[in-house]
Amino acid sequence: MDKFYHSVKLEPELCKGCINCIKRCPTQAIRVRNGKAQINSKFCIDCGECIRICPHHAKTASYDKLDTIRQYEYAVALPPPSLYSQFNNLDDVNIVLNALKLMGFDDVFEVSAAAEIVSEATRSYIKTHESSLPFISTACPSVVRLIRVRFPNLIPQLLPINPPVEVAACMAAERAMEATGLPREKIGVFFLSPCPSKVAYVKAPLGTEKSQVDHVLAIKEVYPQLLAYMKAVEDDAEEISESGKIGISWGRSGGEASGLFTDRYLAADGIENVIRVLEDLEDQKFANLEFVELNACNGGCIGGVLTVENPYVAEVKLKRLRKYMPVARSHMGDDAQGYVPWTTGVQFEPVFRLGDNMMESFARLEQVERLCKRLPGLDCGSCGAPTCKALAEDIVRGEASERDCIYYLRENLHKLSKEVSVLADDINDGIKGGREAFPILMDYIRRISNEMTSLDSRMNEQENDD
Amino acid sequence: MAEAIRLTYEISPDDFTRAGEASSDVKKKLRSLGVSPDAIRKVAIAMYEGEINMVIHAEGGIITVDISPDKIVMILADKGPGIPDIEQAMQAGWSTAPNEIRSLGFGAGMGLPNMKKYTDEMTIDTVIGKGTTITMVVKI
Ligand SMILES: Nc1ncnc2c1ncn2[C@@H]1O[C@H](COP(=O)(O)OP(=O)(O)O)[C@@H](O)[C@H]1O
Ligand code: SF4
Ligand SMILES: [Mg+2]
Repeated sequence: MDKFYHSVKLEPELCKGCINCIKRCPTQAIRVRNGKAQINSKFCIDCGECIRICPHHAKTASYDKLDTIRQYEYAVALPPPSLYSQFNNLDDVNIVLNALKLMGFDDVFEVSAAAEIVSEATRSYIKTHESSLPFISTACPSVVRLIRVRFPNLIPQLLPINPPVEVAACMAAERAMEATGLPREKIGVFFLSPCPSKVAYVKAPLGTEKSQVDHVLAIKEVYPQLLAYMKAVEDDAEEISESGKIGISWGRSGGEASGLFTDRYLAADGIENVIRVLEDLEDQKFANLEFVELNACNGGCIGGVLTVENPYVAEVKLKRLRKYMPVARSHMGDDAQGYVPWTTGVQFEPVFRLGDNMMESFARLEQVERLCKRLPGLDCGSCGAPTCKALAEDIVRGEASERDCIYYLRENLHKLSKEVSVLADDINDGIKGGREAFPILMDYIRRISNEMTSLDSRMNEQENDD
Repeated sequence: MAEAIRLTYEISPDDFTRAGEASSDVKKKLRSLGVSPDAIRKVAIAMYEGEINMVIHAEGGIITVDISPDKIVMILADKGPGIPDIEQAMQAGWSTAPNEIRSLGFGAGMGLPNMKKYTDEMTIDTVIGKGTTITMVVKI
């Protein structure tokens, strides 16, 4: 599978080329070209910011449909803790779990149960690796992808432990095979995702060769149906929940860290904050930290773009829900041990490098500097790149041209028309002979009209889309 | 008088992640006995808070729960440091809980006040350096 597989994608017919998204993208992965947004798949980390910001809903996430469960003889749902925070007045997660069964799943395996095992594994990993502290959480795939392309120095700090969803999938698949005697391929493992990032993870995982999650559904899409089934669950729902405070807390920012029983942690949420923390970590600005929890979404997974509830409201609901829960209900055992550690490392992907080697990159960097001096420095976005510097980089990579800048174009027009009028004056004054001057004049006019056409076509693109 | 059912739980101080499991088990048992949801809620909250306190503030101990047709009696006995000033400990918001566990929602200083609020009777016997025994009764 393509290691740059993405869930976030563009619906070209909805895109108006308005440049809202290019400005918001934290990795500057989007360009508007020929009036439509394009996502550079090497830069994109599936954080979902463009889905949030696009006023025309032209950015979407790909995920599977609920009826894919019919392709399997036995289907298991993996509900994440963020799901529990989406309902009003919910005081028993068993209602959600039983509703999932009514909805057609044969079994449910809570991601929060696996999360408690991951917390336990993390506590002991930290204890046995004290010389390499701090460790950076690897639960948010967007954060890991970001580090993979932009913070190579921090790759050794990544916690080499599978995210709870993966551990849950492995355990759920094994439990299903034991219970039914069916071969693995007849069992479908379905994750109910709060974000496109996890969809991408499942297709192109990090730290493991192949994910045991077979399909990913979006919380926002199953929500209405699930709500209806929840009403049908009897008052005393069968107790199937296997998680406590620690597991449930994973749904929000700071939750993973809280399960480590240390106050030497830092938890940041929201992709811009995450980037700032990573930069400071790279500059070794923090001393004495054991753990760094980073979530691309505001508020943590409850803020995922595929959820329905406002993350701050969701957080209150989650707090209420966990209040009288045991600290944990799931503990590390032989059944989980093998599924916890990473089985492959994460490799640095130098996608932002300007050239193929040092020399080329260096030469191109100089070119970029020179270009930046010539460009207006307004970061207006009209060229389709988020900043003048990004345009300059596109130009040296051969993906754009200086003429994409309307200021450059305007300047050129001014210059050309000035030269034309000087030439015309000269002809008039008899300094240049009419015959020789004629082709030069023609050439100027042609160039001016070319520039005009290019300007016009850019304007038209935008108008046609409006 | 009908015989009481006695449940006994040893609360281990070594594994913090098991804290709260005893009250969760009592809740399940009361439910299967058909005790009213209101009484279950009171017992569950009061015992949960007491159990957590035994793990956080003392070194674990023994909880016995006697269930009879008219009342539930919980006795939480620990061999911890004792409570130096009961009046202060009973105040809403007073807490000596360590920082490491505050982000899990502990240390709000509402445990003892809620134990009092949700039970019909509560007595605290505490000896500094020896331990604390809290007895709570919920009528059903
Ligand atoms: N079993 C106990 N042994 C010793 N001290 C206790 C015990 N229970 C409570 N305390 C003391 O009383 C304080 C208040 O308890 P509580 O109201 O439950 O709040 P919290 O547990 O959030 O600190 C605790 O911080 C602790 O100092
Ligand atoms: S924000 Fe504008 S440019 Fe970006 S995808 Fe939406 S419509 Fe297209
Ligand atoms: Mg307490």
